[in-house]
Amino acid sequence: MTDKNQAMTDTHYNFAYLDEQTKRMIRRALLKGLAIPGYQVPFASREMPMPYGWGTGGVQVSAAVLTPEDRMKVIDQGADDTTNAVSIRKFFERTAGVDTTERTAEATVIQTRHRIPETELTEDQILVYQVPIPEPLRFLEPRETETRKMHALEEYGLMHVKLYEDIARHGNIATAYAYPVKVEGRYVMDPSPIPKFDNPKMEMAAIQLFGAGREQRIYAVPPYTRVVSLDFEDYPFEPSKADHACDLCGAQNSYLDEVIVDDAGGRMFVCSDTDFCTTRRDGGHVGRLGAPGTEDAA
Amino acid sequence: MASQILDGGFSDVPVQSARAFRAALSAMARPGRVYDISGAMPPAPLSPAAGSLLLTLADPGTPVFLAGAHDTPELRAWLIFHTGVPIAPREEAAFAVGTWTELLPLEPYRKGTPEYPDRSATLIVEVATLAASGARLTGPGIETARMLSLPELEPFRRNAALFPRGLDFYFTAGARLAALPRTTKVEAA
Amino acid sequence: MYVAVKGGERAIDNAHAWLAEERRGSPDIAELTVPQIREQLALAVNRVMAEGSLFDPDLAALAIKQARGDLIEAIFLIRAYRTTLPRLGVSTPVDTGEMACDRRISATFKDVPGGQVLGPTFDYTHRLLDFKLAAEGETPTAPQAPAQGEPTPRVTDYLNRDGLIQPEPASDTTPPDLTREPMEFPANRALRLQSLTRGDEGFVLGMAYSTQRGYARNHPFVGELRIGTVPVEMDVPELGFAVGIGEITLTECESVNQFTGSKTEPPQFTRGYGLVFGQSERKAISMALVDRALRWKELGEDNVGAPAQDAEFVLSHADNIQASGFLEHIKLPHYVDFQSELELIRRIRAEAQAAQAQEAAE
Ligand SMILES: [Zn+2]
Repeated sequence: MTDKNQAMTDTHYNFAYLDEQTKRMIRRALLKGLAIPGYQVPFASREMPMPYGWGTGGVQVSAAVLTPEDRMKVIDQGADDTTNAVSIRKFFERTAGVDTTERTAEATVIQTRHRIPETELTEDQILVYQVPIPEPLRFLEPRETETRKMHALEEYGLMHVKLYEDIARHGNIATAYAYPVKVEGRYVMDPSPIPKFDNPKMEMAAIQLFGAGREQRIYAVPPYTRVVSLDFEDYPFEPSKADHACDLCGAQNSYLDEVIVDDAGGRMFVCSDTDFCTTRRDGGHVGRLGAPGTEDAA
Repeated sequence: MASQILDGGFSDVPVQSARAFRAALSAMARPGRVYDISGAMPPAPLSPAAGSLLLTLADPGTPVFLAGAHDTPELRAWLIFHTGVPIAPREEAAFAVGTWTELLPLEPYRKGTPEYPDRSATLIVEVATLAASGARLTGPGIETARMLSLPELEPFRRNAALFPRGLDFYFTAGARLAALPRTTKVEAA
Repeated sequence: MYVAVKGGERAIDNAHAWLAEERRGSPDIAELTVPQIREQLALAVNRVMAEGSLFDPDLAALAIKQARGDLIEAIFLIRAYRTTLPRLGVSTPVDTGEMACDRRISATFKDVPGGQVLGPTFDYTHRLLDFKLAAEGETPTAPQAPAQGEPTPRVTDYLNRDGLIQPEPASDTTPPDLTREPMEFPANRALRLQSLTRGDEGFVLGMAYSTQRGYARNHPFVGELRIGTVPVEMDVPELGFAVGIGEITLTECESVNQFTGSKTEPPQFTRGYGLVFGQSERKAISMALVDRALRWKELGEDNVGAPAQDAEFVLSHADNIQASGFLEHIKLPHYVDFQSELELIRRIRAEAQAAQAQEAAE
């Protein structure tokens, strides 16, 4: 069988796929993003060979950032083996020739959809988020012309009203993921659809870059930047997770996927971060249903 | 002179600009920390660091202001040949390069608008040395505090007060650079 | 012992192999060639070129073959290819007044200089399935006549000459480029037209139709619809003049719409404009109507709150590559988000039930 993707070899396309002019444009946007933490920089997003909504923003940011020396990790829902993560990892193996890894600690660039790894990131790492809707105010005000004005005037009352209405109605803030944050006391920012459990991790040593391809926005959070989840004095922010331990590795403090295991509604909880779970089991940690070691490793 | 203009660019553009950008990105993310950046060998007086930065970031869409002694026919020709940038006055520049005194005054440069604070100039300040001394820097990208030799303090304070508008700075010396974005607070050490 | 689902990579490879087999269909049937698609499915090719923003009938035909006839998928293939092409230069504006028309009609005058040319249109065909086409072999021929060679001036020029229609003065300003700069609102007319010409035909049609039904009605007539070829020329600085680099087929529609006027200015007709690659007349007419609706502000009309008047709404949702990508991305796993909602709703329910139990006990 011939390789269906034969045309997609390094010889046909530039290093990391994008042409140099596009990379320069993205790189300039990234630098301004770092200089204005949390502010959404417009950029002329390109059509990528994967659909909008499937990580084109993250892919363009990664392509602009990667060097041949990098070791890249790609996760979706915390897992390295989800199909879209596999597809994006293959794309960079093919177009940038970079080494890839599933080990968080060994990666220099990590592209993610919907999670921040459990393993604390270091100064030598860059975390690239795929972002579907970069505008945290979008579901309160659909017009870009209006939300841009609101950011300019630091007019975030609408967001607080929304959160407060949640409390009045449900007794809780009814936002469980993509929970808005305020960056360095100025811009309200969408952290991408990560569970709010991950929000506190955003004050980290690594560089965080966000790419929204379809919406043509790039933003960034430098290391050690203050990232505060919006809340009220009497209703403080709580980074919650399922009240269980991982059934495979026994971790008490990792974000868990709930897996339905039989028709009777039986279920188990496992780490969403597959590398974290594997590493723990390799280290001899055993959960309720787990066996030591990694028989199920691919 | 012709060969001087044609030479000194990146020999492997995608890879060398990727490496140079990583240095520029790391520097902007960690204000005051000094990084190596190389690849370009521009005509004097432009440093290899400033030359590499411009080759990586500048193109026909980004007007460049050459300040004072940096505005030479050789340097103009080199930059235009390798990047296609338009040479422009301070008011229109996306990038400006020169020594600190040549770059002054800061007032005319674009500082962005409240809606689009990113539409602001980046100044590349050529300095003799970069040292971890002089000014004390705090702010995003800095865990506690970092030291960096700065030519002055007050202009950077005034710039930071404009936030989210403002200018961003690179300091280049030889093949090394450090950055000072508008978010960084500077004080005498 | 629970074993997590693995093997995403193998699943993807197998899916691709299966897809390739399905694309080919039964091997007992002769394989479709790219020239066959180009010649015999020309209107599909035209749509792919128009919405893919790339005039290349062979590549469009290839994309249609690869996409198994899914035109949005084919448009996507063309867009993704187009964006990797280096930009070598910019042509001079094409002059549609110089068009060699295959079709040219005006609904506003019974006859016009240059004549009404019906051309190859479905308009007056009876939509009866032609079972003869199910058999192969016949090569239809049409009667021939020499090209008339007479110029075909634009219909709106007559109205313009008498001051009956608002003039659209030519401008040398370089328009913004939607494919090179991020969309910015408010968008000027050049940007709006770029967005509409590559916008989804169905979307633009629906928007145009809504104006006809009263959502910002603007009383359109097809002032002129012309389809034909125009030369494309590029200035060559070394030569000091423009040289022809090829020709492209275009469909152009100028609509003549309700007049505006005031106490100080006598009433004038206004216009909407559509210009699309290939023979794409439904799209060109739709584009003209939507363009006209979006011009409410500059023409001093009221914003009646109609969808077709809302530039941010229309332009943000016209692109079918953006729309289908985002729509279909909800197929991707979202179980982390869902889990976080699941925990939250369980917690809110538990608190509510506890409160109810407390009330009942009191
Ligand atoms: Zn685990």
